[in-house]
Amino acid sequence: MLEFARWKYILVASVLLVAILFALPNVFGEDPALQVVRKDRAPMDAAAEQRLAGFLDERSIQYSSTFVDSGRLMIRFDSVPMQLQARDAVNEQLKDEYITALSFASRAPTWLTRLGLRPMPLGLDLRGGLHLLYQVDVNGAVSQLLESYEQDFRRVLGEKNLAFLDVVQITASAEIPNGVRVLLAPGTDAGEARDVLRELLPDLDVQSVNLASGPAVQAVLTAVQIRQRQDYAIQQNLTTLRNRVNELGVSEPIVQRQGFDRIIVQLPGVQNSADVKDILGKVATLEFRLVDTQGSIAEAVQRGRAPLGSKLYRDKNGQPVLLKRELIVTGDQLTDAITAATQDGPGVSVKLDARGGAQMLKTTQANLNKPMAVVFIEKSRETVEVGGKTIERDVTDQRVISVATIRGVFSNQFQITGLTQSEARELALLLRAGSLAAPIFLAEERAIGPSLGAQNIEQGVKALVVGMLGVFIFMVIYYQVFGLVADLVLLANVVLLSALLSMMGAALSLPGIAGIILTVGMAVDANVLIYERIREEQRNGVSPQAAIRAGFEKAFSAIADSNVTTLFAGLVLWVFGTGAIRGFAVVLSLGIATSMFTSLMGSRALLTLMYGGRTKTGKLAIG
Amino acid sequence: MEFFHKQTKIPFMGIRKVSYGLSIVLMVVSLGAILAKGLNLAIDFTGGVAVEAALPSAADVDAIRGKLEEAGFHEPQVGIFGSSREVSIRLPPDDSQSVTEIRTRVEQALLAVEPGAEVRNLAVVGPQVGDELRTSAIWALTFTLLLIFIYIAFRFHTWRLSVGAIVAVMHDPILVLGIFALTQTPFDLAVVAAILAVIGYSLNDTVVIFDRIRENFERNRRLPPMTVLDQAINQTLSRTIMTKVVTLIVVFALLFLGGPVLRGFSEALTIGILAGTYSSIYISSAIALDLGLTAEHVFPTVKKTAADDMP
Repeated sequence: MLEFARWKYILVASVLLVAILFALPNVFGEDPALQVVRKDRAPMDAAAEQRLAGFLDERSIQYSSTFVDSGRLMIRFDSVPMQLQARDAVNEQLKDEYITALSFASRAPTWLTRLGLRPMPLGLDLRGGLHLLYQVDVNGAVSQLLESYEQDFRRVLGEKNLAFLDVVQITASAEIPNGVRVLLAPGTDAGEARDVLRELLPDLDVQSVNLASGPAVQAVLTAVQIRQRQDYAIQQNLTTLRNRVNELGVSEPIVQRQGFDRIIVQLPGVQNSADVKDILGKVATLEFRLVDTQGSIAEAVQRGRAPLGSKLYRDKNGQPVLLKRELIVTGDQLTDAITAATQDGPGVSVKLDARGGAQMLKTTQANLNKPMAVVFIEKSRETVEVGGKTIERDVTDQRVISVATIRGVFSNQFQITGLTQSEARELALLLRAGSLAAPIFLAEERAIGPSLGAQNIEQGVKALVVGMLGVFIFMVIYYQVFGLVADLVLLANVVLLSALLSMMGAALSLPGIAGIILTVGMAVDANVLIYERIREEQRNGVSPQAAIRAGFEKAFSAIADSNVTTLFAGLVLWVFGTGAIRGFAVVLSLGIATSMFTSLMGSRALLTLMYGGRTKTGKLAIG
Repeated sequence: MEFFHKQTKIPFMGIRKVSYGLSIVLMVVSLGAILAKGLNLAIDFTGGVAVEAALPSAADVDAIRGKLEEAGFHEPQVGIFGSSREVSIRLPPDDSQSVTEIRTRVEQALLAVEPGAEVRNLAVVGPQVGDELRTSAIWALTFTLLLIFIYIAFRFHTWRLSVGAIVAVMHDPILVLGIFALTQTPFDLAVVAAILAVIGYSLNDTVVIFDRIRENFERNRRLPPMTVLDQAINQTLSRTIMTKVVTLIVVFALLFLGGPVLRGFSEALTIGILAGTYSSIYISSAIALDLGLTAEHVFPTVKKTAADDMP
């Protein structure tokens, strides 16, 4: 007798049912849609939904339905022209309130969506869009940390009346600066200076050294501290880029770390890259400083050097301004920034965190009616030619964007004025999204047009359908009824694989489709191994039922071993590959797992159902 | 339907000198082609610019090339692909300009010649990224081979089969690379993925044969190894061919219907699958045999096995 335990039938049936449910959303296709979110990032509600529906009705722009999905309003259209018309109308009339993005909405019935079941998102190569790979300047991040130590050292040594000549960054090993050195004035006690700095920054390795030029104290970062700082910078940049992408209003964006110091940004549907890159890559922050009212600006300009404790800046019009070296607050301490109309024209209303607020309170109390300045700092990289060789260097642009008199005591909430409308808008966006902890540079850009995406889908799906049909027909010719069983099992395999991919929410790319097609070819192998074994047993004169059982049993080790080795290739690809290649690896590896399940469990269940009960021995319909 | 109605008795091991000879010739030609002509590496590996654009009218390739040179690009390659209204541009990597700058200037040059041009696909890859990908591709191949070696040695208890499997498996990617070098087919990241898949598949066949060798040794230890190996290959032959035919059906679907993006990928798979079938039949077992494989290697200690219990 051929037997198959009842619990195994139940397992196979329930796995298949669940798989069908998860794979189902993929068959409905999608409509063009417009995603609308509020500019202040509050979730969209029913009132807003009605308002926008009314807005479109007024302009007789036809849409098929609207729905709110995790705080975003989706408006569904029958055609792309209508979708574009709607976007333009909203962008023109309601641009201060909403951010729009072209998107797609699945045509799956609402009960599926309510269950949280979604189709596989399509990769950029299938949908069109912009792929950006940023390189994070991790050494710049270390340098920034050292700069802040430099400032702390100057301040503390000044407070303790320990005279020094200069504070400089040093490079102890490799090309990364990793320490700060204080060159002490003759007569200053190096030991005392060392203790003061140790107390200030207990985590640092502070040592006094004797240089040819005189006594000095230096603090050096350990390899672990450098690594931590770099890691922090990348994490911080990731968050900032995510925030900035959200501000841009792109539907289903991907912002991901890749390797140690790279960040991938994928923006489906985005074609024009110039504006996007401008916003994403901007390294901008603010500093608040008091104006030095005692020092002479003219003298500083003439000598090219500011008086002790001050620094020379220029404002937007190129006029020199003298500011104190001590920082009151920096952009990191900002918690919110929105554009605001003030008495003095457009401005940005700013909120600070508790520490920033306390510092601001202290400063404004002590400096009533004195001027305070806001410095805007932007870093970029430019290419210059030096001696016939082109090199890239970092440029820091520091501009005083506003100088205003402190009219009252304030702490964590105030306004920055003296900006144009567009300056205010960009500044608010950049401040709100957070500053980049280290400069980033574009290492790779790929733009895929929407028509190419559509063509790729069409070709991928065609290859999938034709390839599968070819295999199905061939299997039936070669193995007859058993071939039909194999075909059902293959179909189940594709369903199971799609279900897993949909569950994971992994984006489907063209190599991914290729992976599915290959999996079909591969999954056949397990069946072939079993069937060939059954045929062999039959040739040896074994009864049909025993032949089936022996076929499964004897083929098992070959199936397992051969699949494990292919799995190795898949796993290695997954570890070393990125992007679409990793997608291929995921599909390949999952496909191996699902095909093991469907061919060992699924086909055995089917064959047992068909042949298990037969007591008469005949020939198996295996060709 | 059956490929072979009766059990075949082809003396694969007897003719192994011939297959060694053929393989050596193939390897020498492939390695020679790789060394002499080199691979036509796509910008995934070299860095640089690749643009595909659709134009409103037939492309004036020379004018576009001229404009690009004017814009300061050295050796721009401009060609037509698909219809006469589709143009592809390739530029070598350029350290001196930022990715953004390069993109802007290429687009400007193209639009100056063909105002209605639509950029359908654009990729600008920095040289650094390309370098890293090359390194990681080589690591990926090395790791896969290493894992396979260990797994086979572990599963079949002998390094002789491992060496056989590894040689057979190396054989296939080298042949793929050789043909890609000879025909100067663009070699991109997807081709690397295809080669790794090929390694997996080729091994798949080898392992199925090894599995049968193990089983046959188990059944009759006294048979000479050469007979056992021949038997195993013949017994699995119809499975090997059947599986390859089915895999080739889907790979051909990809090759002919999958479009230009998957062309290199499918070509590598086609070559690799054919080579893999050959190498696992003719090479992997033959090498193990010449390394002195015997039943004792596969079953180091004599013990009662499950097979003996079977009715």
